[in-house]
Amino acid sequence: MAPLFRMLVAQTLGELRVRWRTPAFSLTNLALPVLFFTFFGLPVAGQTFSNGVSVGAYLLASFAAYAVGSVMVYGFGIGVATERGMKVDLLMRATPLPPAIAILAKVLNALAFSLLSVVVLIVYCILVGGVRQDLTVWIDITARLLAGSLPFVALGFAIGYSSGPTVAPALANLIFLPLSFASGLFMPLDRLPGFVQRIAPYLPTYHYGQLAWSAVGVPSEPLLTSLAWLAGYTALFMAVTIRAYRREQSLKFA
Amino acid sequence: MSPVVELIAASKRYGQVEALRGVSLAIEPGEIVAMLGPNGAGKTTSISLMLGLRQPTGGRVRLFGLPPTDRRARSRAGVMLQESGTTGVLTVRELVALFGAYYPSPLPTDQAVAMAGLADKADARVATLSGGQRQRLYFALAICGNPEILFLDEPTVGMDIEARRAFVASIQALAAAGKTVVFTTHYLREAEELARRIVVVDHGLVIADATPRELMSKVAGKRVSFEAARPLAADTFGGLALTALEIVDRRVRFLTNEPETVLRALFERGIELRDLEVAGADLEEAFLSLTRRPEHA
Repeated sequence: MAPLFRMLVAQTLGELRVRWRTPAFSLTNLALPVLFFTFFGLPVAGQTFSNGVSVGAYLLASFAAYAVGSVMVYGFGIGVATERGMKVDLLMRATPLPPAIAILAKVLNALAFSLLSVVVLIVYCILVGGVRQDLTVWIDITARLLAGSLPFVALGFAIGYSSGPTVAPALANLIFLPLSFASGLFMPLDRLPGFVQRIAPYLPTYHYGQLAWSAVGVPSEPLLTSLAWLAGYTALFMAVTIRAYRREQSLKFA
Repeated sequence: MSPVVELIAASKRYGQVEALRGVSLAIEPGEIVAMLGPNGAGKTTSISLMLGLRQPTGGRVRLFGLPPTDRRARSRAGVMLQESGTTGVLTVRELVALFGAYYPSPLPTDQAVAMAGLADKADARVATLSGGQRQRLYFALAICGNPEILFLDEPTVGMDIEARRAFVASIQALAAAGKTVVFTTHYLREAEELARRIVVVDHGLVIADATPRELMSKVAGKRVSFEAARPLAADTFGGLALTALEIVDRRVRFLTNEPETVLRALFERGIELRDLEVAGADLEEAFLSLTRRPEHA
């Protein structure tokens, strides 16, 4: 048998190539956070909140959280649904490639792309927005966001396995955009309607945002609270994924 | 030698549909086997069971003596499926190299690409390939792992004449190299040309399993047609060695291996006929006579 590690490396590189050559994914994922920062962040990047936190750094943390979350939700949601629609899974299933390796390769690939998209955003914010933080802060934000992205990986898979290629993009937008808005990733929570402010603390994106905001010094909930919420949502989305996956397997491969 | 692949009283039911009804089949190393039958006969289901893509509802399936889902078994098999897809943005060479990495000792990528007749398309993106070229790509993906057995489900669908010829040559080369090949087709001619053993499947059962020569001697070789003087009922033909009987008004057509005997019997039964034609049935017609149930007992 071929060594699993060799398969994983080949599969990950192959997926990276595919993503890189699919500009609808790659460009959107890289450009949107930068664009958002340009519109919402640039005019106020130099200001400081009353608690001393840089507005630019706060918005950067917000859009970085949006960036990683969207790579996961859109990448897996649309990617998996498209592959299922094209019956790519049928041929792969007949090869010796274990499904777990194929999924792990997708996750590694998404992490690599998330990393790239956060780095691009940070570099843009430093060069154009004049946002200044210690290098350790940038590393801390990036590491927290990548490590905490699991619920969005699971959400992406849930969308990808429960919808077809035409529905998945709409579904991903309908779920992830409102979540991001309502959690204060696009504008600070205190500017949002009162009922949204009351809902926000129950949303996965809110607790994900907390991971990023606390890294730039925003007073936040305890780290363990954020992690517990994110773990809970991971379990929920995984359950949805496994249900949809099993249903599909019993239809296609029973 | 133990068989490479084995169906042991395998059956498969999809809801109310019985796709396979107890098929036993053992394929030995080095055999080139055609699974022949009309659409819906159970060919694709048989291949899916052999590959572990589907689980039998009854009986057992073994690939290299293992359950076909076992990675050790899959590492020795190459596959070409109907209706499977692949990502379009990789080039032919990249995709073949990627699939090669799934196998323990793959062929050099360029060799696999060349064997599939795609050397001049190696750097083209998969999405730009024509239907026939795509079919060749799937063939390259099937052989790139240097497998001991190849499963090819309707491999020549969508191929033009030139691609088909190249494909036939590749199969012959693989056969010469001692590989085992199992392919499905609904063309008797293709089965006869390539295979040393033809397994005819119909309605979920194996109805013939023989060499092409044996099979050809079994199938009805002559097509008889004539105009009867008066309308005939089907039971006029009771007990005669014929198949595929068609009666339209006074026009009668059937297939038989013994036209003289059958016609003599008809004369003895007092049937007047005119405009008699006896011609060699073509292979497709002959094949029909095998898969069609006898019209009457």
